[in-house]
Formats: sequence, C-alpha cells, structure tokens
Amino acid sequence: MKKLLRQFFDNMEPKARKNKYLYTTFQAFHTFLFVPNHVTRNGSHIRDGMDIKRLMVHVVIAMQLALLFGMYNIGHWHYAAYGEYTGLAEGIIPKFLFGFFQLLPVIIVAHAVGLGIEFFFAANRGGEVEEGFLVTGMLIPLIMPPDLPLWMTALATAFAVILAKEAFGGTGQNILNVALASRVFVFFAYPTFISGDTCWITWDTNILHRLFGLGAKVAEYGPESSAVVQGFSGATPLGLAASGLQTGEKTLQGLDAITHQFSWWEMFFGFIPGSVGETSAFLIILGAVLLLVTRIASWRIMLSMFAGAVFVGLVFNFMGLNPFLQIPWYYQLVMGSFFFAMAFMATDPVTAAHTNQGKIVYGFMIGVMGMIIRVLNPAYPEGWMLAILLMNVFAPTFDHIFIQKNIKKRLARG
Amino acid sequence: MVKSTGGHSAAISPVLRLSSFAIILANSTSLFAQNADNASGNLSQSTIVGLIVLVLAILTYGVLVFGDRLLQVSIKEIALEKGKPAEEIQKKYSLVPPLIPHREKELRKVISIKKGFDVYIKGRAEKKIRELKSASYAVKPIDFPGISPIPKLLVKEGDHVKAGDQLFFDRHRPDIKYVAPVSGEVAQIIRGEKRKVEEVVILADNKLEYRDFGKADPKSLSRKAIVEKLIESGTWPFLVQRPYGIVPNPADEPKMIYISAFNTAPLAPDYDFIMQGQDALFQKGIDVLNQLCAGKVHIGLNAKKTHASVFTGVEGATFHWFEGPHPTGNSGIQIHHIDPIKKDEVVWTIKPLDVLTIGRLFEEGRYNAERVVALAGCEVKEPQYYRTIQGASIENMVKENLLNDHVRYISGDVYTGKKIEANGHIGFSDDLVTVILEGDQYEIFGWLLPSYPRPSVSPTFLSYFFQGEELEVNTNMHGEERPFVVTGLYEQLLPIDTYPLHLFKAILTEDFERMEGLGIYELLEEDVALCEFACPSKSPLQKIMRQGLDMVREG
Repeated sequence: MKKLLRQFFDNMEPKARKNKYLYTTFQAFHTFLFVPNHVTRNGSHIRDGMDIKRLMVHVVIAMQLALLFGMYNIGHWHYAAYGEYTGLAEGIIPKFLFGFFQLLPVIIVAHAVGLGIEFFFAANRGGEVEEGFLVTGMLIPLIMPPDLPLWMTALATAFAVILAKEAFGGTGQNILNVALASRVFVFFAYPTFISGDTCWITWDTNILHRLFGLGAKVAEYGPESSAVVQGFSGATPLGLAASGLQTGEKTLQGLDAITHQFSWWEMFFGFIPGSVGETSAFLIILGAVLLLVTRIASWRIMLSMFAGAVFVGLVFNFMGLNPFLQIPWYYQLVMGSFFFAMAFMATDPVTAAHTNQGKIVYGFMIGVMGMIIRVLNPAYPEGWMLAILLMNVFAPTFDHIFIQKNIKKRLARG
Repeated sequence: MVKSTGGHSAAISPVLRLSSFAIILANSTSLFAQNADNASGNLSQSTIVGLIVLVLAILTYGVLVFGDRLLQVSIKEIALEKGKPAEEIQKKYSLVPPLIPHREKELRKVISIKKGFDVYIKGRAEKKIRELKSASYAVKPIDFPGISPIPKLLVKEGDHVKAGDQLFFDRHRPDIKYVAPVSGEVAQIIRGEKRKVEEVVILADNKLEYRDFGKADPKSLSRKAIVEKLIESGTWPFLVQRPYGIVPNPADEPKMIYISAFNTAPLAPDYDFIMQGQDALFQKGIDVLNQLCAGKVHIGLNAKKTHASVFTGVEGATFHWFEGPHPTGNSGIQIHHIDPIKKDEVVWTIKPLDVLTIGRLFEEGRYNAERVVALAGCEVKEPQYYRTIQGASIENMVKENLLNDHVRYISGDVYTGKKIEANGHIGFSDDLVTVILEGDQYEIFGWLLPSYPRPSVSPTFLSYFFQGEELEVNTNMHGEERPFVVTGLYEQLLPIDTYPLHLFKAILTEDFERMEGLGIYELLEEDVALCEFACPSKSPLQKIMRQGLDMVREG
C-alpha cells in the first residue's frame, strides 16, 4: 500500500510541476500523506518531531467532542420543537444522524471554499499550502447557527480567508482571528440569521426530517412550522436573560427566566439551543484540557480570561442593578459560548498576544470586555466574538508595552 | 568558594506551607463535625482536636527544622575545614537527607535554571581512551566566524610545515595568525565556491616537529608579552569574543574571561574525565588568562556533578555553580546569569580543552594541540574517547565502527556542530564527533502517527513522557518550513530574560534598535540552537541569529 502510494506520488511529481496550481495542490496532498524526506542542511542537525500540521491537527482533535455533541444537539432541538423525542436520551440515533446530515454540508462548504482560496493564494505566492485553515475550517461550522444557508457560510468563509488572512500575508501574519471574522461578517451582514430566538434551532422539514421518523406527524399537521409544539420558543439562556420570559400573565426575568427553562447542569452539559459547537461547556473543557496538557494552547490566556470573566461577573452580582446583573457569575460562565471562546478562539497563537505577560493581560481583558458587552450592551446578546476581535487588535500593543519594558530594563543595566 | 547565607527565610516558608495545610485540615474536620452534630452550638470537640493536631504538627516540624539546621551548620564547618564542596560531605555525614531540597544551595550559591530541555541520544561515549593515529590533519577557516572567505594563504601544496607554523591570516585582521597543528606536508588546499578556502590539509610526519616558542612563566610576563606569545603561537583564536562569537581583538580589555567546565549538549564529552590529571597544565592556562584580564577569570561548574580537582582545585578563578537542562552549560547563558554583557562590553570565552593547549604552550614552549575527543552517537558501534590532535581526520575513528552506512558525521554536537564527510576533519576547537542516521526517508502520515520514537519538547509525543530514555535520532526535518505561528515556546527553552521571537523578528526586519534592546549582544547561535531544534515552524534560527550578529557588528 505504502509502496503503491509512493510510486504514484513519485510518478505524478514531474507531471504536476508543469502547472503551479496543480503543483501546489499536489504538494499539499503529498505532504499530507507523507512527511517529506527533507533533511537538515544548516543549523541544528536534529529537529523536533513537532510540526505545524501536528499542532493544528491536535486543535482539531480537541474540537471533535464539541462537534459530535453539536450534531446531536441540532437533532435534539429540532425534534423537541416538533414535540418528538423530547427526552434527552430518547432517539439518540435519529437525532445524531439528523444533526450529522445537517452539519456535513456546512463543513464541506467551509472547507471547500476556504481551502480553495488557500490553494489559489499559495500557488500564486509560489509557496506551500499552510495548515492554519485546518483549524479555521473546523471552527467555522461550530460557531455558526445550525440553520445558516450554505451560500452564506461560503460567503462568510471567503470573506474571512481573503480579507482577514490572505490580505495580511497568510498564516502567521493575520491580525484578526479568521474564524471570528467569518462570524462577524454574518453577524453584521445578515443579522437576522444569527441573532434572536429562532435561529438556533433547525426548523427544516426537509427530506432528512422525513427520513428520521417525523414525516407522518408533519403530514398530519401540515408542512412547516405549524407542527411546532405550542409555547416552544427556542430561546437561548442568553436570550432569556436579556429579554425575560412570558409565562401566562407573569413575566419572568433574569435568573428566574433561565431556570424556568434550563438548569445549571443542563447548560453545563450543553442541552441548550445555540451555535453548533458552543453549548457543551463540559465537552469543551475536556478539549481544553487536551490542549493544555499538550501545551498547544496557552494556559495563561485561558486562566486569565476565566479570571476576567469571573471578576466582572462578581462585580455585576455585587452591583445587582437589574435582573441580568443579578445572574450569578457561575451561570454566566455556562450560558453562552464563554468556554468555547476561551478554549479555541482566544488561544489562537497568531492573533493573541505573543509575550507571556501580554497573554495574561490579553486574556483578562477579553474576560472583562466580553462580560461587559454581553450584560451591559442591549444590542449584542453575546460578547465574546466582539471582545476577542477587539483584543486581537490590541494584542500587539500589549506586547509592545512589555517588550519596551524589557528593553528599558536592559538599557538601564548599561 | 563555599559561601553561606542566612537560611531562615527558606526554612520558614515550608513551615508556613505545612501549617496552613494543617489549618485547612483541622478546619475541614471541624466542618464535617459541625455538620454531623449541628444541634450543639458550642465549640465542638473536633475543633479542639484539630487545633491540638495543628499545634503538634507545627511543633514537630519546628523541631525537625531546628535539627536540620544544626546538621547543616556542622556540615558547613566540616566542609570549610576540608575545603571540599559541602554536598559531598553531606552525603557522608548526614543521617537524613536534607529536609528541604533547597538547603544545599545555601552552602554554595547555586544558580538554578529551569528553562531548557535535555535530549537524550543513544551512544554516549564510554569512559575509555584509545589512541588515534590519523594520517591527515586540517585547519578550516570556516571554524572562525567573521573571517573573510578567502584568507591570505602563506603556504602552498607541497610545502613542509612544523606544528605552530603559520598557514594563513585574515585579510581584515592580518595580525592574527592561524597555524598548523602538526608538522608535515601541506597535501591539499580544498577550495569551495568562488575560490573560498575550505580546508588546509596537512599530511602528518611520523615524528612531529614543533616550532619553538620558548617556555615561559606566565606570572612573570607582562600582558603585552603574553598577548604577543599567544598570537605568535596561533593559540589566540582559541579565545572567542562575545558578542559576535569572533576571534577577539587583542587591543580590547575584556570584562572577564569565562570558562564553562561542563557541556549540557547531547552526548557532550565529560571534561572531568578527559582532563583528569592535567591539573598543573590547566592551572598554567588559567594563569595565562588571568594576566589577560587582570585576574577576572570565571569558571562555571555543574552543581549536580562532582567535578574533578582539575577544575575545583584551580587557583585564581571565581567559581559559579549552575544546575539545569541544556543550554545551561553554554557560557553565554551562564554569563547572563552572573553579569550580563552590556553594549560596548566584551567578554572572552574559551573551552576547557583549549586552556590546556595554552597551558602547554607555556609549559613546553610549543604549539601542542593534543586533545581527547569523544566519538558518540546512535550509529557508533563502540562510542568512546580518542586521544588525538586538533583537526584530525575522523576516518580511522569511524572506519568499521558504524552500525549503518547512511549516516551523518558531525564535528561538534547535534545542535551546533558542522557536517563533515567520512574522511573529514574535526573542527578547530571541537571535542566531539557525533554520528547519527541520515533521515532522508518519507514517512507515511508521520506528522499524525509517528512510526518511531523521536525527541520532542511537545507532550503530544509519547517520548516526552519517558524523558531520560535514550533515543535514536536522525536528520529528518519532520515537517516543512512555515511562518512563525507558535508563541511562548522559545521563551521556555532560552534561559535569558528576553523575547526571542521578537528578537528574531527584529533581525528579519533589520530593526537595529530592537535587536540591541532585546539583547542580541548576549546571544550566539549556540544559545538559540535548542529553540531551532524545537521550532515547529522549522525556522532556521541559528542562521537568522548569525545574520543579526553580522548586521550589528558591521553596523
């Protein structure tokens, strides 16, 4: 097998060399399958086994639990909306399959568009395809609402890769987190598709829906959302916290509104509507632990971001001016996408601060800003995306401050 | 040498730690108790028990610490009396191992370095010495950074030279002489691209003839006379100037001369072993160096090791003790922790074996570059030491002594050494020849599922968790070159207070101010070699470092 593959690639190489696009594509697949036979020429004669491919793939692996759960969760809320399999353990297989087939096209589209652009730019630059998009391509489906039209995913991905990354010179040069750039594009270009109460649940009664046992019921009630269970809203905990919940005559607010629908544990384990991958704090924490143990993500960023969010949460609890401010800090942590942002978004080494001290400030400021945007700003229900993008812009400044400090210290010696 | 400092602060902190732990313990027991019998609002019994336990624990600990202190004091006294490092005596006299591991540091000030990484490679040289008879010897201009590519040659093929006869000089600095290590016929002058001189090869005579420089007592000579003697005899280039890693300018007044008595690079030779019994020669060399820098010779020793008397018995040098992983053994790292090099300051460094050569010059009056080098590496059948002369051909060393044909020969260690051929010659001041596998093979899915263990600083590899296990290594890049992505990694591996990544970026963008500000004067290629090994982007950091050094040197 290995020999055959080797022969195939060896035969292909001279043919592929004739066209730069073809060659770049060839090299990308070639180096994906085989670590090249390059040897050290100057400098250190031995090199570490770690390379960027391995690094990136570990981040992708860390996301897999959240991804799998996201698939199940799509199915769960879809069926729950139609009053089917309302128990968490009921119909796990149809729920998962529904979510899987719902998400698969999104993943394929994000990768096809993103990698296509990457290959094109790499070929024109005369370089090799860089692995950064492996992570971005997996992050984009995870941070989008499950029902986002595919063309929008494609457009957002293209926007992010071209304007947030390639325009700055490719991997390692970008200032903004590429995955978040794609989300922020959708957020401002098509706000109705990514905010409000209804977008977090798949309402499609398409072929998939019929395949997994709901066909009869929809036929009975008529097509589209007429079959939706009375009173089912699909509101996320954050939506509830921001706008309250109408039950009969009473309007529940703040924590009451949330706990009326979801318990802390439900939110912790992720049985809530939301972006595909962000809901399960538990599984994301497992992924984060993998990243920390393998020292791929910075513990400084994660810890300081956690501290920042908890700190502001406590301050809000102490102020307690309105029901949103009164929500205990430990609810704030599991409600939205805090853990996802902490584990996979803030820790992107390229866009985060580069100095160790800078990382602490950067993480802490994200924690603080994210909570402020989430709680005090009525326009945006969730704060992490904007907080991280803002701090991406500030990260070089933090670095600059600490580097200048080091330089001054050294000059003071002499 | 043996310094004592007050140890009270260090003794108190563990007490605090233990007592706070005891308080937590006591409180938690009382909490449980309160839960159990909530009805009684009085001070529960378990709280009292907890308090008693706490007091007892503190008392016991206090007694132990007090006893330990007394023991330490007496050990220190014995150590002072016998003039030995306290650690050795402690092993003999102490009934209990030191309660607090940091204790031993108080006896002599140990600088403990945490950053860095040790790679263990199979094929460490066994401690036996074989005589190596080599047919040819060579001097390679490339071993002297900063030398012009085409030095002015004073010999031509077929000439006969004595050991100590000048071979060539640098056109920019004609005063410095580079000499032949052996007597014989200049067999070949190997030239590379653009007529660059790569090697001057000498076929050695059976009986070596030496040029006579005259014996001398360094203590009775003036600095000027010593400088002249070193330059005339060709031993001057053994000195390395920091910053820039070049042959020093004789007119400079160095802040100090630094010798690191241990090498932490993989498979590095054990200087205590190869220099044993050379105490007098080494002392003579140190005397010479002391004349050069007004008595400011510093020696860095490994605190984790019992050094031989060749180092510990030296007079007229200041000792510093270090512990930590590679690159702790590099003199640049040690200097940074003692007295960092500032702008416009100059420090000279020299390797221990080269001090012996200088010692021999004054003792015997001739350029006698005899030295013991180690042959090591995972592809060597019998890794061991060889007694030979500087610049010897490795041919007889490696012939029929290898496990594999397809190997790389390195003069030096795996991080900083130079690639040589199977009949190549050992570098000017190198004391190690490493032989490892050539890694020019494709590895299917190697980045995801490594098919054999490989050294790595990343915990994503199983080998990371078996540190200390000796590995077979090869020269594969294990990936392709990429832009800088990872941050914070170089900081873990370079025990210097700077931001390496930003220093490299400053070099690449030719930002002189930042290069100076981030301490380029304190660094040489060898210091960043470990970062280069570990870099997942496979960046050529040593090359970048040299570019930066050349840039700031040339202004």
